[in-house]
Amino acid sequence: MFWTVTQSLLDGLLSTFQIFILTLVCALPLGLVLAFASMSKFKPLKGLMQFLVWVVRGTPLMLQLIIIFYGPGLWLGNNIWGGSEAGRLTATVVAFSLNYACYFSVIFRGGIESVPAGQREAGEVLGMTKSQIFFKITLLQMIKRVVPPMSNEIITLVKDTSLARIIAAYELTHAGYAFMKSDGITWPLFYTGVFYLLFVGILTLLFNFIERKLDYFK
Amino acid sequence: MAILEVKNIEKHFENTKVLQDVSFSLEEGKALAIIGSSGSGKTTLLRCLNFLERPDSGSIIVKGNTLFDASAKASDWEKDLRKKRLHFGMVFQSFNLFPQYTALENVTLAEKLLAREREDFKSRKREIYKEIEAHGLELLDQMGLAERTGHYPHQLSGGQQQRVAIARALALKPDILCFDEPTSALDPELTGEVLKVIRGLAEQKTTMIIVTHEMAFARDVADQVIFMDGGVIVEQGDPKEVINNPKEERTKQFLTRYTEG
Repeated sequence: MFWTVTQSLLDGLLSTFQIFILTLVCALPLGLVLAFASMSKFKPLKGLMQFLVWVVRGTPLMLQLIIIFYGPGLWLGNNIWGGSEAGRLTATVVAFSLNYACYFSVIFRGGIESVPAGQREAGEVLGMTKSQIFFKITLLQMIKRVVPPMSNEIITLVKDTSLARIIAAYELTHAGYAFMKSDGITWPLFYTGVFYLLFVGILTLLFNFIERKLDYFK
Repeated sequence: MAILEVKNIEKHFENTKVLQDVSFSLEEGKALAIIGSSGSGKTTLLRCLNFLERPDSGSIIVKGNTLFDASAKASDWEKDLRKKRLHFGMVFQSFNLFPQYTALENVTLAEKLLAREREDFKSRKREIYKEIEAHGLELLDQMGLAERTGHYPHQLSGGQQQRVAIARALALKPDILCFDEPTSALDPELTGEVLKVIRGLAEQKTTMIIVTHEMAFARDVADQVIFMDGGVIVEQGDPKEVINNPKEERTKQFLTRYTEG
């Protein structure tokens, strides 16, 4: 039984890992773009961003997931995600990316704004272009500042992947819960918890490593 | 002919007039000191020269080329702004070194980025970088920092950081080097080493504009001094004349406060 459970949970973990990685790959750059949009001098864009962040942060992620997965089928009469496992996974990644990009954008904006104006001005008087100033001067200083809050969000993301169960996507929690329903055993639930703990443990080590790597400057 | 001519510069922030009809000129190889109390517009004037602020009116002419003319179209301001800035170097009060780069990297960064625009960059990348680094090392050596080239800014004292910043500003060979209160953020015992470096630059005939509160230094090093108050130039001329025998009442008051304080 133990091996059957382990096998099943590893399958679930793979799914969880896919949701996690794909969400990060989409949400990190999108978050940066949204951060710039929210700092735009063009008022309507800035206003739109504030509205978006308000809506996304102000409603449950589970609700957003349900709407994004079932919405197209209900209103357009066309389930764009398809009924397959891959479709559920895609819908999950889309919903998560949008949600997390909004949270990331606020963290990034804080990071960018906390870099002193003198840094940008020093770059300007040295004849650097705007993109050179961002990539060569601001970016690394911003990353250093956002690592601690980002590690919080990213660890939360690991556990939020379990929400995908609501649209019947197969992931780690789904896998553990299945044994309780079918076989009436509860220990796989704790075993599932161990998987999450290991996942988050590795991430924590990784974040500590990054923080230490960026310790060479102040 | 003057290397720099500043004509009738005016600048407002909201409803406050920060600079009013500021005009002066500077000969090549001369040092100009700008003195005056806080809020008199000295720093804003330097920021206008470095195109960190856009003056509302007036013009800035370097080596006979009009870099800025307020009566020209606003779109001309953005045009070649980067290139125009290279005529001026800027040393900030708070150093503004890039913390993630070593002293040498701080000095060479901008020059390396500019080199990318050179036509022979692709074929000679390595040699070009080598030349730039040799130039950076030479500048740091000149600042007395030969032993500190691999240090990060937080590992350096304030005086050393400011000297790296001076080397960084010199790296692009500006026509005119501007200092915005270069010693104001330093402990008194570190002021001397920075002033010594600036004095050395003056002896080498570097064209400089120095905003400073160090009256004795301004008197000894500068060839020309401007006293500003309330956004206008109250008095300008030979530093010994202006500082020792000011003609204007406001200059006298300022200097008395300074010598007493």
